[in-house]
Amino acid sequence: MSSESIALSSAGHGALSVGERLHGWITTVDHKRLGILYIVYSLIFLVIGGVEATIMRIQLIVPHNHFVSPEVFNRMFTMHGTTMIFFVAMPILFGFGTYLIPLMIGARDMAFPRLNALSFWLTAFGGLLLYFSFIGGNGLYGAGNAPDVGWFAYAPLTSRAFSVGHSTDFWSLALLVSGIGSIGTAVNFIATIISMRCPGMTLGKMPLLAWLNLVMAGMVILAVSPLTAAQIMLSIDRYLGGHFFDTQAGGSAVLWMHFFWIFGHPEVYILVIPCFAFASEIIPVFSRKPIFGYPVMVAATIAIAFISMSVWAHHMFTVGMSSYGNTFFTVTTMIIAIPTGIKIFNWIGTMWGGKIQFKAPMLFCVAFLFQFLIAGLTGIMLSASPFNWQLSGSYFVVAHFHYVIVGAILFTIFGAFYYWFPKMSGRMYHETLAQWHFWLFVLGFHLTFDFMHIPGLLGMPRRIYTYEPGRGWEIWNLLVTIGVFFQAAAILLFVGNLLWSMYRGAPAGNDPWDAWTLEWSTTSPPPDYDFATIPVIESRRPLWDLKHPEDPDWKYE
Amino acid sequence: MSSTVLPPSSLKSDWILPSRGRVGMFSLIAAESAIFTIFVVAYIFYIGKSIAGPLPKDVLDLPIFTTVCLLSSSLTIHLAVKSLRNANVRAFGIWWFLTLILGAIFLAGTGREWHQLIFEKGLTISTNLFGTTYYSLVGLHAFHVTVGLLGITVAMILTVRGKVKPSHAERVDVFSLYWHFVDVVWVVVFTVVYVIGR
Repeated sequence: MSSESIALSSAGHGALSVGERLHGWITTVDHKRLGILYIVYSLIFLVIGGVEATIMRIQLIVPHNHFVSPEVFNRMFTMHGTTMIFFVAMPILFGFGTYLIPLMIGARDMAFPRLNALSFWLTAFGGLLLYFSFIGGNGLYGAGNAPDVGWFAYAPLTSRAFSVGHSTDFWSLALLVSGIGSIGTAVNFIATIISMRCPGMTLGKMPLLAWLNLVMAGMVILAVSPLTAAQIMLSIDRYLGGHFFDTQAGGSAVLWMHFFWIFGHPEVYILVIPCFAFASEIIPVFSRKPIFGYPVMVAATIAIAFISMSVWAHHMFTVGMSSYGNTFFTVTTMIIAIPTGIKIFNWIGTMWGGKIQFKAPMLFCVAFLFQFLIAGLTGIMLSASPFNWQLSGSYFVVAHFHYVIVGAILFTIFGAFYYWFPKMSGRMYHETLAQWHFWLFVLGFHLTFDFMHIPGLLGMPRRIYTYEPGRGWEIWNLLVTIGVFFQAAAILLFVGNLLWSMYRGAPAGNDPWDAWTLEWSTTSPPPDYDFATIPVIESRRPLWDLKHPEDPDWKYE
Repeated sequence: MSSTVLPPSSLKSDWILPSRGRVGMFSLIAAESAIFTIFVVAYIFYIGKSIAGPLPKDVLDLPIFTTVCLLSSSLTIHLAVKSLRNANVRAFGIWWFLTLILGAIFLAGTGREWHQLIFEKGLTISTNLFGTTYYSLVGLHAFHVTVGLLGITVAMILTVRGKVKPSHAERVDVFSLYWHFVDVVWVVVFTVVYVIGR
């Protein structure tokens, strides 16, 4: 492509003033710039959410600690959960999707570039609304600042009587606004993947990243919309005196739980499916083999999407459902392990007999395989409703879902960062620093989240701001908190590596990994128009065909 | 790796993918359906759970006339799109205007119904569970009608000023999908609120 790149007005790029460049970033509708905006925005919130987690862990390092007050502790776990899910995990994955999907399907931009910009700014504004509560949450009542109702905000905690001031309103509005942004992004992903593929790219020849993001976007549409609806109801209750979740007027607190978890459980899969997509792109390239069982991977993903819509009430076993309800949700939750297990076998099958290169992206993906397996196993333990009655609301649950969200999701996100950083910046990252980041983070992760299971089994409830000595919880809490500092150090290395490599890294060239998908056929970073001529493809690995004309893939597919 | 240039091999001239406008609109409709589903579920869940009056059977009348108007507007917008596809801008303008009028009648009917409920029958959104769920569900639908009417009005102004060309048929078609959706939702809302819930 580089040989026939088009000279656009970007020739005088170096001469732009800071104001002009800022104006360019704010008014951009280019999918690559918006992708980077999403990612940078999420990284900032990752640090904020991490600081909140650290505050909680310092408070719990010893019994009867007085590092923060109970009120502040409540705000910290609410803000940590909300921030990490809605303003770190989702936007960072949308950012990678926005950046990569058009490049991987051979398009010049998303289907609706302006909707793309609108979605980003709605998400960004949602995050600002949430954090504005630190300033504006007092309102006229002089009570409360940041929301302290927990990230799933059960009724009646959110009613006017128990949440005075505006903090809960900021929480609700932030999720409403960013939810609308997410739906816009999902609409855009679907329209782009269905309608913008380059000639020859039938659905069966799409990169798995595009397939999995298509499924994820469908899930956003079906799962985030109920949350949006529930937030509208909550706002009606709080502002117009409605009674949706007001038990004194006949309303139901359990209805809120259902509505929240109809969103909440698919949300886990909305976050993890794009991470499956990263693993499905990275593992083949670093095993030097095509992905094993492509059609089965797609089918398993769609199966996960379907089943995940019918498991939500496994978050509610302790509410007191009928035995039929308990049985149904236990069974569906266990069934979802089957397609997930198929995927793990496929990744191992891809690595089997391959010439594996343990570069940083691959290291993170291999760790993901192990950790995701363990997260899945504790998930199956928790899906058995009698076991769940014992451990629901304990640190065992906290350890389980952090194993998914950190051990699987965050690890693959780091892998994706290192894998696509050369494409986005045009420069290589520092491999040694990246390896240090990996091992430090593995150490910190396992210190924190392996040992977090044990106080849960010993009966330590989540969300308590302190605990009594002499229950056997002290040593575990100490170890858990020590792990946090290793993770924080690793994150510092990561951010430092990115910043250093952005300016000092070795030039990456178009295709540093000898990879096979279309994004590596254009320059790094890609030009504004992505492709000078729209590519035409014959197989799932177009660049393999190009590099090996004597043995192209399309002969076998 | 500067040689990674793709050969323009066997360019497939018959490479046609679905229209992105239609795909996008169908995705949006799926999302809106999910939002309405939650409100409908809440409405059905709370039927008969109000602990104080007024109750639906005391205060609700069947809005037959406005329903007929709204459902007819699906036909008129369909005919409008068809006219524009046949390059008949004048017929398009007439059918489009009829759609606007029918939609406006529906919205005025909802306004009149709410006015009576609030000022004569004493039902507000905070009166009881029926009021909360009724105004939310019907209001959410009325909000969608309002958004649709704004869109129709903009296109109407453009038509009067002679800016609408037959080449815009695709866009008008995509918009009409939204309007059909709003009509279908009303069939559900009508059934739930005025037939089952009364």
